[in-house]
Amino acid sequence: MTRLPPIPGEWIDRTRLLAFEFEGRSYTGFAGDTVTSALWGSGVHVLGRSFKYHRPRGVLSFANHDVNALVDDRGSLNLRADVAALQSSMRLAAVNTYGGVDNDGARFLDRLSAFLPVGFYYKTFHHPRWMFPYWERLIRKVSGLGAPDFAAPRIRTPKRYDFCEVLVIGAGPSGISAALAAARFGAKVLLIDENARVGGSLTYARGGASESYALLQDLDRQLRAQSNVRVRTGTFAAGYYADNWVALIDAHKMSKVRAGSVVVASGVFEQPAVFRNNDLPGVMLASAAQRLIYRYAVKPVQRAVVLSANAEGYAAALDLLSAGVEVRAVVDLRTADDESPAAQEVRNRGIPVLSGSCVYEALPAPGLTDFEGAAVCRLHRDGRADVGTHRYFACDGIVMSVGFAPANALLHQAGGRMRFDERTQQYIPDVLPEGVFAAGRVNGVHELGARLQDGERAAHMALRHLGRGPASVEPPVAAETRCPSHPYPVVEHPEGKNFVDFDEDLQLKDFVHAVQEGFDSIELLKRYTTVGMGPSQGKHSNMNAVRILARIRRQPVGDLGTTTARPFFHPVALSHLAGRGFAPERRTPLHSRHERSTAVFMQAGVWMRPEYYSRDPKSKAELVLEEALAVRRDVGLIDVGTLGKLEASGPGAGELLERMYTGRFSNLKVGMSRYALMVDESGVIVDDGVVARLSEERFYFTTTTTGSATVYRDMQRLNAMWGLECGLVNLTGAMAALNLAGPRSREVLADLTDIALEEPAFPYLGARDGRVADAPARVLRVGFVGELGYEIHVPAENAAHVWDALMTTGARFGIRPFGVEAQRLLRLEKGHVIIGQDTDGLTTPLQASMGWAVKMDKPFFVGQRSLRIIEKRPLKQKLVGFALDASFVGPAPKECHLIIRDGQIEGRVTSVARSPALGHVVGLAMIAPEMAAGGTRFTIRVDGNQTVEARVVSTPFYDAIGERQKAAVPPPQREVLPA
Amino acid sequence: MKLLTCPVNGPRPVSEFAYGGEYREMPDPATASDAQWADYVFNRASLPGVKKEWWYHVPSGTWFLAERDVQADVVHRTYLFGEGP
Repeated sequence: MTRLPPIPGEWIDRTRLLAFEFEGRSYTGFAGDTVTSALWGSGVHVLGRSFKYHRPRGVLSFANHDVNALVDDRGSLNLRADVAALQSSMRLAAVNTYGGVDNDGARFLDRLSAFLPVGFYYKTFHHPRWMFPYWERLIRKVSGLGAPDFAAPRIRTPKRYDFCEVLVIGAGPSGISAALAAARFGAKVLLIDENARVGGSLTYARGGASESYALLQDLDRQLRAQSNVRVRTGTFAAGYYADNWVALIDAHKMSKVRAGSVVVASGVFEQPAVFRNNDLPGVMLASAAQRLIYRYAVKPVQRAVVLSANAEGYAAALDLLSAGVEVRAVVDLRTADDESPAAQEVRNRGIPVLSGSCVYEALPAPGLTDFEGAAVCRLHRDGRADVGTHRYFACDGIVMSVGFAPANALLHQAGGRMRFDERTQQYIPDVLPEGVFAAGRVNGVHELGARLQDGERAAHMALRHLGRGPASVEPPVAAETRCPSHPYPVVEHPEGKNFVDFDEDLQLKDFVHAVQEGFDSIELLKRYTTVGMGPSQGKHSNMNAVRILARIRRQPVGDLGTTTARPFFHPVALSHLAGRGFAPERRTPLHSRHERSTAVFMQAGVWMRPEYYSRDPKSKAELVLEEALAVRRDVGLIDVGTLGKLEASGPGAGELLERMYTGRFSNLKVGMSRYALMVDESGVIVDDGVVARLSEERFYFTTTTTGSATVYRDMQRLNAMWGLECGLVNLTGAMAALNLAGPRSREVLADLTDIALEEPAFPYLGARDGRVADAPARVLRVGFVGELGYEIHVPAENAAHVWDALMTTGARFGIRPFGVEAQRLLRLEKGHVIIGQDTDGLTTPLQASMGWAVKMDKPFFVGQRSLRIIEKRPLKQKLVGFALDASFVGPAPKECHLIIRDGQIEGRVTSVARSPALGHVVGLAMIAPEMAAGGTRFTIRVDGNQTVEARVVSTPFYDAIGERQKAAVPPPQREVLPA
Repeated sequence: MKLLTCPVNGPRPVSEFAYGGEYREMPDPATASDAQWADYVFNRASLPGVKKEWWYHVPSGTWFLAERDVQADVVHRTYLFGEGP
């Protein structure tokens, strides 16, 4: 056991012991531990195997980018051991091993590494080509991390929406200072931090003293006293999106936060030094060692060499000493003595300080899993190690403190521009977008006092962005006087294994190779070597990669640029992102009636409509035929509530319709309706419907099912633009509509309404308001299916009642509900066009043979000017009716089958069906104009490359003069219909 | 998610809005040549810069104009038709 005695401020609860398993062995930890701290505290140092060479790995950053220590806990995949909270009865296994972490069967790969240089895969496995699928399967198996459990239960995670005035990301000293400063001016502040507790570096960088802990306690007290600061720990900002929209992720959910302004105080990532065997368990970042000590009371190593290039390294050495670690030496990459108080104290305590020196290599015991010592050399002026000055220090750990890289991904995502500051050797914000501010170490401010000031400054700017806060601008925070990051903490070694990227096992030589191969820009280097493309996304590797590339190219770091930082900042579980399937469907108020009548539903736009009503054991074709015949012989009822239903009223209402539709409505009599066709500005048909005039200044009109939203929207826009005195109301959802059609429809309706139905009181195309089955109703006499028919519009809440009344009364007349299929068939017999089926995105009224619906002599309508141009030109195609001979047998044409002449495509079928009334196949086709004359015979290519002969006939196919829909008392013509 | 300011309802998430295309002045159909008319109907300048656009606030049915820098994706101002500067 390497647990230390209790330390003030430790994060573990020693009263709660948690038992767990790792790699089949039992261990215990404390509540508050992470998996790594519990294992390290139990003396386990090999936590995982590296991705490529399967080398043993332990603690590196201990800050959510130790991606070689990934563990599975039964169904939970790829948990990051360094941050995953320990839970009792976890059963953990390292993910990237063959037969366990200690005796990984793939560890031989380490000895083959000389034969597996970067780019090896690209070059090797594509020749011969036919072998690639084999290699691909093998590589996918070898390179995968973790084994998914496909039986894992589906987890639904909530999504939350949140708001605040100032969002502060990062609760280190600068973040807390910013939050407090904003709160003092009354702002609603949200302060978040990915760690379990606030404090940032104050929770671990103590320099062997107690002042920083006292400061943390004081700041924590102030935070608790501010009721307008909400603190969310265990929460990270995964991405920044437009207008200060930030995605926050915690263990259970995603919160989408809209902030007035954002202060990014996300701090820095400590960066590793590059030397041979810098990946052995026991080589770790200083901040990792400090976190082990102060958060989890774990002694990181027994005997350490500290590799330093900044004051933080000396402070870490004091922390190690206070934890009882024997510090063998502090090796400083710099030649000048560090003048910080911590460095003085280290020297006072008699710790050997070797300036201008480096750790040349870490020395492993056989098997790599144990550590023997460190070889230390003096550095030449050119940065190479002077191997002649080799000194050996026996130790079981090397603690590195050589520099930092800013955690500025969110600033990049927000559109900020960074510049490389030579003095601090760090990228710092140069230009930030409005409403986004940086504070603390991410802003290049490292001294503790300055960080507190910088947080306050950023908060004041954030407040000013919101139009509040202090009037005077804070003085700028004093510039950093020292350099916390070494410009080149990299030491060459002829035998390599000096790792730059620990995710991908990239060594120094891999970068040299990549540049030799020509991949010498940072973006190309990244893709060729895959640096920064592993799970930690370059958090510990990008900065060193840029420094190495700059050194190879002999250019300043700042000239190279950086790779693009995209969301997410840390990986986010897919379950956090997945939403519920949201494909809304609309149902008419009669949906329950259709279900009761065993309707088979189909989608029409967003609507669910009955396609037909099933009756066992009959087939769909039989039933559609029966429904159609019921309408022709007796009476049928269809739900047409999906039609768009609009009302226009006011002195300008007539003018609006005149301008929107091609037809004329100024002369439409009150109480009458008229077909209405709409074209767009280019003269293409976009919609149709019926316009009824209710009074001089009031019109009720319908649109197609799919067009209702856009027609209403376009009308609103043009109405606003034209400034007509006209109000528009969309009644599509408020009103239901039923079409009662068939020779007996008048008899059915007569029993239920107070509206006079006889001719000429209610003529064809008449529109009447009255009551149907005691419900207020608007009845239009229409003829879409070519029979006597009434379109009954009632308030949605009365729809079911009216449907039931019509069905009950209609029973003795043989009423049948009919669906969309039967309606399509019936209208085709009448040659009526369905917009969007018989027309397409280029069809003009002239092509659709609907010139009768276009009044070109009106002063203006949308598309009129274009139609004037179109009418001067020859038609390219024309919509015609066609019929097959009554004797035709064989595969019938279908919609979209092509019309072929001399091997050329001359048109296509748009609608086709066997007409029950006529006994043969009829259809509509878009065809070359020279073939459009009545009686012209043409050839349709049907399935199986067969051809069928058809001839052009005039429409309507059925009841050409329309007497059935207009007739005063249409006689039931049973005899003309097949039985 | 981006915010857009509806002149009637104030700033709302952009998912509540529908884009209505660039605002264009219609030439007089009586005097415009066929070529001028075709240019108005079919051609759009896809140049970067500040454009006047139609936007629609769907829940309230409000059409309005936005002056938007389409390169920087910054909306300078929004106003109802006829109430602009």
